[in-house]
Amino acid sequence: MISNGKPSTINIILDGKEVEVPAGINLVEAAGIHGTEVPHYCYHPQLSVAGNCRMCLVEMGTPMRDRATGEAVLDENGIQKIGWVPKPVIGCGTNVSPGMHVKTKSSMVTESREGIMEFLLVNHPLDCPICDQAGECRLQEFATDYGRGYSRYVERKNVKPKRTKLGPRVTLDDERCILCSRCIRFCQEVVDDDVLGFVDRGSFSTLTCFPGKELSNNYSLNTVDLCPVGALTSTDFRFKMRVWFLKESPSICVESSAGSNILVSSREGKIHRITPRRNDSVNDSWMTDSGRVLYKKVSSDSRLLSASVSGNASSLTEAISAASEMFKDKKLGVVGSCKSSVEEQYLLNKLSKNLKAKKFLRGHFGKDDGILLSADRTPNLRGNLVTGFSNKYPSDQLSDLSISIQKKQVNALLVIGEDLSESGVDLEDLKSIPIVFLGTHQNATADFSDVVIPTLTSFEKSGSFINRSFRLQSFKQAIPGPVGLLPDLHVIASLINALCEDAEQSSDLASIWKQMSKSRTNPLHGLIFSKIPGDGLQLDGSKWNSLPFIEKKAMHFSPLKQLQKSKI
Amino acid sequence: MAKTVVLQRKPLSLSERTYLPQIVTGLKTTFSNMFKGKVTLQYPEEKPNIPKNYRGIPTLVKDPNGREKCVSCQLCEFVCPPKAIRITPGAVPESEDDREHVEKAPQEFEINMLRCIYCGYCQEVCPEEAIYLQDEYSLSGYSRDEMINKKEKLYELGGTLPDQHYKWDKKKNAEDEGNDH
Amino acid sequence: MFDFEMLFMIGLKVLFALLMIGAVMTMAGYSVLAERKVSAWMQGRVGPNRTVLPLVGYVPFAGKFLKGMGMFQPLADGLKFLFKEEIIPGHVNKFYYNLAPIVALVPALTTMTVLPFGEFFADNGESFPLMLANLEVGILFILAVSSLGVYGIVLAGWSSNSKYPFLGGIRSSAQMISYELAMGLSLLPIFLWVSEPGTGAMGLSLVDIVDSQKQSPWLLLVQPLSALIFLIALFAETNRLPFDMPESETDLVGGFHTEYGGFKFGIFFVAEYAHIVVGSAIFTIVFLGGWHFMPWMSDPWPATWIGSLIGVGWFLAKTIFLIFFFIWIRWTLPRFRYDQVMNLGWTKLLPLALINLIFYVCLVTWLDQPPA
Repeated sequence: MISNGKPSTINIILDGKEVEVPAGINLVEAAGIHGTEVPHYCYHPQLSVAGNCRMCLVEMGTPMRDRATGEAVLDENGIQKIGWVPKPVIGCGTNVSPGMHVKTKSSMVTESREGIMEFLLVNHPLDCPICDQAGECRLQEFATDYGRGYSRYVERKNVKPKRTKLGPRVTLDDERCILCSRCIRFCQEVVDDDVLGFVDRGSFSTLTCFPGKELSNNYSLNTVDLCPVGALTSTDFRFKMRVWFLKESPSICVESSAGSNILVSSREGKIHRITPRRNDSVNDSWMTDSGRVLYKKVSSDSRLLSASVSGNASSLTEAISAASEMFKDKKLGVVGSCKSSVEEQYLLNKLSKNLKAKKFLRGHFGKDDGILLSADRTPNLRGNLVTGFSNKYPSDQLSDLSISIQKKQVNALLVIGEDLSESGVDLEDLKSIPIVFLGTHQNATADFSDVVIPTLTSFEKSGSFINRSFRLQSFKQAIPGPVGLLPDLHVIASLINALCEDAEQSSDLASIWKQMSKSRTNPLHGLIFSKIPGDGLQLDGSKWNSLPFIEKKAMHFSPLKQLQKSKI
Repeated sequence: MAKTVVLQRKPLSLSERTYLPQIVTGLKTTFSNMFKGKVTLQYPEEKPNIPKNYRGIPTLVKDPNGREKCVSCQLCEFVCPPKAIRITPGAVPESEDDREHVEKAPQEFEINMLRCIYCGYCQEVCPEEAIYLQDEYSLSGYSRDEMINKKEKLYELGGTLPDQHYKWDKKKNAEDEGNDH
Repeated sequence: MFDFEMLFMIGLKVLFALLMIGAVMTMAGYSVLAERKVSAWMQGRVGPNRTVLPLVGYVPFAGKFLKGMGMFQPLADGLKFLFKEEIIPGHVNKFYYNLAPIVALVPALTTMTVLPFGEFFADNGESFPLMLANLEVGILFILAVSSLGVYGIVLAGWSSNSKYPFLGGIRSSAQMISYELAMGLSLLPIFLWVSEPGTGAMGLSLVDIVDSQKQSPWLLLVQPLSALIFLIALFAETNRLPFDMPESETDLVGGFHTEYGGFKFGIFFVAEYAHIVVGSAIFTIVFLGGWHFMPWMSDPWPATWIGSLIGVGWFLAKTIFLIFFFIWIRWTLPRFRYDQVMNLGWTKLLPLALINLIFYVCLVTWLDQPPA
């Protein structure tokens, strides 16, 4: 229903009030736009309509026309009659049409919902005290709205398997399943990995994997989020924490350049799970399973927790001053990172420029799955381009660094998180020069660095990333960092202030953005950090179209888009 | 049609203004109280009668089969106004035949008695009737650590509740026998 | 020989003084017990009833009774104060901080040197008052010295270098000054009344005041208003409820002694009760006929040493009743607000005392007119 590139709107009468809605959407969405919730289980905006839960029943009528002549049928007052459908219709399967009348609050609708709820609850176990979904369970919510409060069902409830392992990460409690088929549709439509289906009939219907298959794709945990009840549970999160204790903070997944929007659920500074956050231009409502376990790195054993100078633990300030002392009058090389935030890359670039340091950058690449795991396994490669730290596409080797050291063009090194021993640099060369390592985790480079300054993970700091389609997305601190550690921005700013004359670099995000958005030629021109919308901001990346970006076509991303743009 | 009437206070007489007669009345009252006998208890030797609905130390109880009732739903932790309760939930391992169907049980259950205000919300909210404020009211310890009641202590204080629900027994039966259609 | 006699006399005086101190301190200690017991009874409680000496507890009836009455409590309290750690906060002025309790206690104990508490009948029928020093101007001495006690409180409040004690000290000095005036003025009519011309009786001598009440109405009956004003001022001067401004637990934590603990606090405590004991004794002497039996009646006891003892006992009984009265008032009346204390002192008691004085000046002048 899109014409002239603009979505057209039509008027419908919702609960007796004329409202404007986009043409072509269904009644659940239309009511939702105007603040009326039509309860539903099986309908999901990003999946096909199945219409099997019957919870979204509404009353619907259209203006009457004579079938033979096509003329409007008028009542005695000369107003067009409304032909009400005698029985309620499902809101998810009915699209709006001009002049349509919809009742979402009539007694028939309420009775229908109460009837449906009673049937859904007939065999539903009284598991709420131990059910992980409790607190974010649609069945629980609508049971309080439309439930009877007691059961008229005197027979014994159906017994079904309580802990079927559908796959390595998903456990199914069949008794709780209300047969909405969202998980089945998700696997078919989004992942194209058709493994789930219903077997048996009537109240014996059971969700299972097809024989010989299991739900093991990298998106299997999305079925847990999709499940409106507690039937599909995450084996990792199962029985760990009740959801009402969790603080949800919006963040960005750092797994790959797809930049999935996520919610970080934490309690008292400990992350318990990561779930996708809906963003219709990036990741819809999905994310990878492999991205969900990244929170475990926050408290992993290899985490760097205290600064050290030549192997001895020291305070952060001592380490910073030792580092700046080391860099004095040296030909500095800076190894940046595609995992740093835009702001960090900007400061690092500033430091390099002021000290006339040589800049190096390494990419990390893997296989593209065509959905939300892109071949570029860093969240912010494009940030380096936008901030000017690099102007060419990085390779996954740093062979030029070796050459620079051998040619004595570089005799001191600042490394941001990168493991140099993996990137083809000769270890003997590295050991000959002083190295300062900034990073969150222990690696071979940190082991032989002269100064190690621990920094924070993306969950513990704020900043922004630029994803594969040049979309600028901000993330906010979700949990406090380990005791005594400061954000990378602070460390880099202190280095700038110590090493550059007359430098008064602030580590405050707002003031960094002020400096960063000054340049007119920069895509970030005129932006303010706090004004970056929750669903991100599309930047113009056409400037870099000639670079050999590695990502393939995937969800909400096509590599050609940029090329097309440049042609226009 | 409420009407506001300003009442004039009766002017005090001279003797009233010296307050002396009132003081004498007060002295009479306190003096007569001296002979009224004590209303207090000699505490450690004499103990008060604890009413049935008394809210003493919160404890965890076991069902008549001697199994723990708590399923670590953490509702008490949520409802606790001073945040005295801390539960670490855990799954019941499948090796435990007689209660693996309960699925969830607390790994650790701590009630910080330095924080507890004996409001009884935890007892009221518990869906499994596993936590009770019992008649014990006197507790003391030498360290803060001692004042945090751990799971073992809570069950020791709580004992067994002889109720007749047998919820989990029924559940187990249904699981073993299936249902008849 | 002369020297020996002199030494003997001095030794005797020191012995008497020690006895007196012992008596007053014991009374102060037991006043504390009385305070606790009486308050307990008035509030339907039992009060201290657990302290007992090792063997005394086994004495069949008396042991149990004494334990129940808490008779050994003052001993335990005193020992507790003595053995407690002496804590001196870091922020205090150490010299004055240590001096303050002494300054508070010494006046309370000094005043009793001039307190007569009975009479001794010599073989020749003459009677001498029982006291450490028969000062002609005893009452002036008492007024002068007892008001020095405020320095202890002010010093404690100031040297503690902390806000609540400071407020307590300030309140105390203001209160003392306010009520000192009314107190002195209320006593003037007594002096006028006692020093009848021609009798040689000195109105300023406590002994003469007591003697003037022998076989005649007590001065309480003659000058009730003076007695009332003096009593109220006495309450204020001893910082007793309803006038315990310097301490006022509810708003000043502990008032002037907030920063004190252990034995130093104990000294303040004892000084306060010693003040009460001495104050009660003075009131007994001035208004209640001292050791004399009843108004208008001659003493029913023989003029021998037995009579002396009974007289002293009678004097003590009156004093103890007054101490009880102090306690009784404390558990009856709530504390005044600070402004009410000032208001009462300056706008009520002072004018009243002046009017009272003028009235008695006129009355005495009229009475003393030589018959025309």
